[in-house]
Amino acid sequence: MSDKAYMVPNPPTPNKAVEFNPDFCIGCNRCVDVCPTDVMMPNPEKKKQPIVVYPEECWYCGGCVEECPRPGAIKMLHPTQQRISVNWKRKDTGELFRLGMKNPPPPNTRPPSGE
Amino acid sequence: MSTWHEYVQQTGKVPEWPYPINYGKVNEIISDVLVIGGGVAGLQAAINAAKLGVKVAVLERGHAKRSGSGGAGVDHWHGAVTNPCSKVTPEMYTNACYNSSRGWTGAHVRYIITKEGWDTLLECEQMGIQIRDVHDEFKGADFRDEKTKLMFAYDYKNRHVIRVWGWNIKPMLYAEAKRLDINLQNRMMPTALLTAGGKQGNRVVGATAVNTRTGEFYIFKAKATVIATGGSAGRLAYFAPELTASGAMSDINGAGVGQALGWNAGAEFVNAEQSGHNRLSGLGYAPYSMGGAHNTYHGTPIVDADGKEVPWNDPFGRELKTVEDRFLPQPGHDFILGEGIGIGPYLQQFRSNELCNSLVDRILKGEFKLPLYADLSRLSENERRVIFGMMVGSEGKTRIAVYDTMTKAGFDPDKDLFQTPVMPAEGYAHSNFWGAGVNAPANMRSMGGGAFLTDWDLRTNLEGLYIGAGGNLYGGGCHGESHTTGRYAGKRAAEYARNAPEPVVDKRQVEKEKESAYHATHQSKEGNGWKEINGAIARIMRDYCGKHKNEITLNLGLRLLNELKTTEMASAYASNPHELGRLLECHSLISVGELVLKASLERKASNSLLDFHRLDYPAMDPPEWNKLLPIRQENDKVKVRDLPLDFHLKAPYAASYEENYKKHAEN
Repeated sequence: MSDKAYMVPNPPTPNKAVEFNPDFCIGCNRCVDVCPTDVMMPNPEKKKQPIVVYPEECWYCGGCVEECPRPGAIKMLHPTQQRISVNWKRKDTGELFRLGMKNPPPPNTRPPSGE
Repeated sequence: MSTWHEYVQQTGKVPEWPYPINYGKVNEIISDVLVIGGGVAGLQAAINAAKLGVKVAVLERGHAKRSGSGGAGVDHWHGAVTNPCSKVTPEMYTNACYNSSRGWTGAHVRYIITKEGWDTLLECEQMGIQIRDVHDEFKGADFRDEKTKLMFAYDYKNRHVIRVWGWNIKPMLYAEAKRLDINLQNRMMPTALLTAGGKQGNRVVGATAVNTRTGEFYIFKAKATVIATGGSAGRLAYFAPELTASGAMSDINGAGVGQALGWNAGAEFVNAEQSGHNRLSGLGYAPYSMGGAHNTYHGTPIVDADGKEVPWNDPFGRELKTVEDRFLPQPGHDFILGEGIGIGPYLQQFRSNELCNSLVDRILKGEFKLPLYADLSRLSENERRVIFGMMVGSEGKTRIAVYDTMTKAGFDPDKDLFQTPVMPAEGYAHSNFWGAGVNAPANMRSMGGGAFLTDWDLRTNLEGLYIGAGGNLYGGGCHGESHTTGRYAGKRAAEYARNAPEPVVDKRQVEKEKESAYHATHQSKEGNGWKEINGAIARIMRDYCGKHKNEITLNLGLRLLNELKTTEMASAYASNPHELGRLLECHSLISVGELVLKASLERKASNSLLDFHRLDYPAMDPPEWNKLLPIRQENDKVKVRDLPLDFHLKAPYAASYEENYKKHAEN
């Protein structure tokens, strides 16, 4: 990791749109191939995760996630301005939750209908 | 590591463009039928043309496996009125659309949709899309037919809108297109339709395009062309993708490219002057990511901060007593038409049951406390599961973005109250809360019904040019309608192509297109980028073609668009093929802007249905202007004619829907 500072433009908004987990990603670029708006580009280094170049062009269809052969390698990430808006309240206890909170409740593991 | 910034910080290097760039290299693709736009409509057009034995090529902006407004999937299918459980006929449905729109929709297209929507869906089933409850997950539910296992939405009695598990519909269409050996060309930004002799108004014989990864130039030659680009030009009046892309229902590729191709080639359009405020501007929230009671969430109980439930009423203002009533026609209803089919106002007898229309007043008076919540737990297990587990779980735009994301974060519709947006009280007048139309600035309008005018073959005024699409076709509608009209247009185009002469492209037109396509790649690197240009176009449209227009402002708008073409845009620079594609889209936006401004100049009367307000002609709806004004270009001059709203049943056409349909679709 370089500690140097560079002259770079401000980080784009949203910052990411999708996030890769290098432990799972095999750099197959199938997500790059199907993305309708070319949000990502292949990594110059073979077998490494793609690089998110145009996150502001993402429309959050999730096609990249569905295309991924390695579950967990790619995650769709709503912009923070959207995550902060997705809130829910547990009816019994009145607890407040939101997408992206620090200590989230355990996942609801029920798959969608048809699976 | 995920982002470009991270890469640069870690390596100290700017990554080189990953694809080989060959600006100017020419590729030629020859087919019988060319389909422009590889979304659901385009692939249906391609598949159905190929099945008739002709050679087909598809020109697609993204990648045809998952692209397009409908590429992300679908959860309910409108207009399937000939399904075995339906109590609605094609005539009933068509008349409901036509009468609700007070005549301002292409009823011939609506009729074609209702005659063939169910057949189209059955073909999708054969491709592997689940359209029935084959696993008996919803056995005994009010919305399920036990014999056919079909499931219905909105109107459980009349049963013409079908719930489908369409999350994989695009990959399935793609597989079918591959099986039929269709030539799919991805990452293509089209720049022009090619016409015989290079002349506006002549037969369409292909198109030119630039690949937005390699920069290579493509000449498509075809006997017939289908335009199947969808969506509206979302970037025309507002451009801030950093804020709006995550809240939009169509992606950033929606730049009116199909309309621009047609307009510049001399195709006819109607209602381009129609626009509206509040139309899913993207300034709301991620689609369906917050509580609501509309569309997919129709019927969902809404409660206030104290848990007090908001009542529902029928369109006649009567309170509904039970949850079941929300899905059933009430006394006075003919049948419930359903939402999201490209129709603005609904006649009462076709309108959905809805949250009580006094909600805004009651919030202002303090009777209901914000925030409101969607309480899915108040529904029966079947209703809750079908809304969140099946519909939200099936539509691609929500399958990963909402179902997968929220369940992983712990949301459980059995236990949790789903918060709706907190917004000005007026925003609660419409139960599509996540759209938050109230948050859109007043001067921000979007195209309403402006689209290609077609005949009963879905052919335009140009020989060889057909349209199959949702929003881009006068009379088109939603997802299912895009499939059905694409399928129909593909067949008509193939039939024409079988006997059509060979396409001869005009060399001068090709050369001109090639030169203008690469103009931005050899400008000074100091030139503006595409975003700067897009922002300026949107500003012109907001200011000079906003709600209130007059002849002077409209002409000023045209002048400024033209100015832009010769100044900032002429010197704009594209540093790679991606930026070049986006900048070429700006050319399309300017063409569509000109179409809208010119169409607005021609309608010298205000019109309530078109939400069209001329300050210099303030009288609303004068009867002599109750007509369509088809507009096209000939030698770059505007040509306009008058057309009655019911042209589809007047000479040269027959006087009944059935007769016309038989003559055109069953020959």
